[in-house]
Amino acid sequence: MHTVILGNGITGVSAALRLRTLDPQREITLISGESDYHYSRPALMYIFMGHMRYQDTKPYPDSFWDQQRLRRVRGWVVGIDAQARRLHMHGGESMAFDQLLLATGSKSNKFGWPGQDLPGVQGLYDLMDLRLLYENIRGVEQAVIVGGGLIGIELGEMLHSRHVPVTFVVREASYWDNVLPAEESAMLNRIIRDAGMGLRLQTNLQEIHAGADGRVAAIETDDGERIDCQFVGLTPGVSPNVEVVRDTAIEVGRGILVDDSFHTTVDGIYAAGDCAEIVTPGEGRNLLQQVWYTGKAQGRVVGEVMAGRDAHYRPGTWYNSAKFLDLEYQTYGQVGFHLPGEKHLFWEHSDHRHALRIVYTDRGVVGMNLMGLRYRHRSCERWIEEGRDVDYVLDHLEEANFDPEFFRRHEVEIRGVLRGQYRDQRARGAAA
Amino acid sequence: MIESRALDYSFDEEALGFEAPPRGAGVARTLGQGLAVAAMAAGFLALVVVWASGWMRGSWLGLFLSLGLIATGGTATFYLRFAGTVPGIRHDGVVFGSATGRGWIGWGLGLVITGFYILLYWFPQTLEGGVHLVDPLSQILAGKGADHWFLYGLLYTLAVWVFGLRMFMKYRHNRYQQVRTASVMIVQLGLSFVLPNLLKAFHQPEFYFSYFWPLKWSYLWPGDFGIGWLVHHPSRVGLWMVIFGAGMSFVATPVLTYFFGKRWYCSWVCGCGGLAETLGDPWRQLSSKSPRAWRLERVSIYSVLVIIVVTTVLLWIDYAAGHPVFGAAAPLLAKWYGFFIGAIFAGVIGVGFYPILGSRVWCRFGCPQAAVLGLWQKLFSRFRITTNGDQCMSCGNCSAFCEMGIDVRSYAERGENIVRASCVGCGICAAVCPRGVLKLENGTTHADRFYGADRPLDLLISSALRGPDIPFERRD
Repeated sequence: MHTVILGNGITGVSAALRLRTLDPQREITLISGESDYHYSRPALMYIFMGHMRYQDTKPYPDSFWDQQRLRRVRGWVVGIDAQARRLHMHGGESMAFDQLLLATGSKSNKFGWPGQDLPGVQGLYDLMDLRLLYENIRGVEQAVIVGGGLIGIELGEMLHSRHVPVTFVVREASYWDNVLPAEESAMLNRIIRDAGMGLRLQTNLQEIHAGADGRVAAIETDDGERIDCQFVGLTPGVSPNVEVVRDTAIEVGRGILVDDSFHTTVDGIYAAGDCAEIVTPGEGRNLLQQVWYTGKAQGRVVGEVMAGRDAHYRPGTWYNSAKFLDLEYQTYGQVGFHLPGEKHLFWEHSDHRHALRIVYTDRGVVGMNLMGLRYRHRSCERWIEEGRDVDYVLDHLEEANFDPEFFRRHEVEIRGVLRGQYRDQRARGAAA
Repeated sequence: MIESRALDYSFDEEALGFEAPPRGAGVARTLGQGLAVAAMAAGFLALVVVWASGWMRGSWLGLFLSLGLIATGGTATFYLRFAGTVPGIRHDGVVFGSATGRGWIGWGLGLVITGFYILLYWFPQTLEGGVHLVDPLSQILAGKGADHWFLYGLLYTLAVWVFGLRMFMKYRHNRYQQVRTASVMIVQLGLSFVLPNLLKAFHQPEFYFSYFWPLKWSYLWPGDFGIGWLVHHPSRVGLWMVIFGAGMSFVATPVLTYFFGKRWYCSWVCGCGGLAETLGDPWRQLSSKSPRAWRLERVSIYSVLVIIVVTTVLLWIDYAAGHPVFGAAAPLLAKWYGFFIGAIFAGVIGVGFYPILGSRVWCRFGCPQAAVLGLWQKLFSRFRITTNGDQCMSCGNCSAFCEMGIDVRSYAERGENIVRASCVGCGICAAVCPRGVLKLENGTTHADRFYGADRPLDLLISSALRGPDIPFERRD
């Protein structure tokens, strides 16, 4: 039995390792056009900033792959013959498979802006983009980043570390406020401006103009402003990378359509991670998850499925984390989901670098956001899953604190502030 | 269609490396920064002049103009470098820097430090100019003129302080780093520099309370090899010092390590550790993370431990018998240990190679004290580094900046606790983690740290028989 995994990112590798554990005999091949070895995609920024070398971002030593008998093939797959069970590679070779996992990840969005393909305009997703960035920022006096998200702020931090002046052009009224509540989002606005970067909110990109040399020379916004710049980073999110399955029998929606065991519509072909869209009958919207953690979790499950087990992906309590410049962020449960009857408790330190939010409903605490504070995943998850009420959570905050020793603890202050808010909200609820 | 840019991509990231990206217009150096660097440069110039010519040698003015200016200028440089930035991890360009990335400055610094150690150990007379330079301070502290060891102690203390203040600025958002750095700075100044010299001034034995056997081997070697002069010292304090040292070796070490892990000594008290954590910090990322280095580490560090234990036992047997039981073996071993391990390994390689091999070469591959503390830590301690759920994204910052060469990531990405004999608990992995995944903790018991931790003896035997438990070789 030959299992071929297309993509050596976190999903593909997690699947391969799980499969290897469960089936020591399986012939497993990992194909990637991007890199010989698996590396940590979120670490791309640290290579550029000079915190680490490329080889430091590889989670496993090179000898690991042979030890685990995981064959690596470098090349681009350009066609899938689902009927004949063959992959066609750029360059003409082909490869037979019995099982195929599509873990092709995602690709940067482009929304058809005039000038979006000019030299000097790019997204940031893979090693090719990173390499291109080196070429593109040579001699740049002003850079513009369009689209305010996680990759946008990372790209901003990268350019900032090389002393390239950066201005963000963001559609939203406040940075990443389509995900973050207003207060946390305001903290981001503040740290971006504190770092000396420009931030244009509620501003849309209209057009990218070329200069005499054919490279990007300026952008124009929808309020008619022209910003001279020699580099434009386009980071308005990502969408599933489904190029390779176009014109095959494999059905595609926004992503490659799969069930909760990651079967595509073609037998023996699976898809997981960023590129997969999980069909959830009866739940309305399909599941499209495109963060590191879900890629890892989905990879493990599809590895079990490919080993012949009856496994299903059951996303547990949502969590995610990120770091915006120097501000760490963790989220647990349902924050920003606009649940019926949800109420918020929010504390922010006067330095605007620490904050905690609790979202609760009649069922108890349903979500938490932490800015500049580290909390224990297991504690927060347990509170949410057990449906603990606000009082219980406030009483046990210390238990969850995960900040290093000797750090100033804010729990007493937080408890005081949030308890007051909670009392007021209940009084108001009773009055109404 | 796959973009042609992707199809054509064939850059060899590893062989060619990602060089330093082009720099933008940038921020100009401020006047203050310029002055600080100028002060440091003037200090170095003065040092060379005073050292070589003898002009102002032995005067306070000479001392201030040379070492004083260097230390002040250095501190100011570091202060100003971080003062204008937002507090946070500032490792930008560490890989690209010539000094920190094994460039020519790094190699040059390595040569200079190595050269200094060679002169110090084997040609101290060449350091005479520097020795006289620090005479005034020695007169005040020790009540007599300086020798080359006084010069060395002063330079060592200055390095710990200047680079310690750098750590304070670099980690001004991180109180664990500050507290621990303050500890090594105070111990170095108080217990390893001022106190021993004051003891000399008051005609007491020159004793270092922050070192003990087996790192300071002579504090438990018999007779002329070690404690003889302490025991027979006319002041009678010497005997108590020997008892103190033995107590630290055999009582404090296991007890403190049980509660706090090896870190109570290695990154809070020890002078070697103190230098590594301060002067060595810019080079911590250079330690090798390869499985081969780990295998070498296990062989070499426990070999040194065995050698020092055997040597000590043989010396005591000779001493007790009153005549050489093993012929010349024991004294010869003692002499060789001092030469190869004490001088070459700990000094020349341990510190001299900071800019090439990273800051903890001696601590990792050689120090018998670290070996003992490490065994206690692995087998019988409450200390562990915990992982926050499943939140590791394998970026590698923790492993890259681990000075002990531990592949922290290999545990973190599996959600496992990190319990390694070599971990000195510096806490940098937790500091650099961009997702807040790691935390140094003292638990309430030693038994819940990993599977099998409740049976330390089994663990010791199986680990000795099986070799390193390298995670990626495990077939679970």
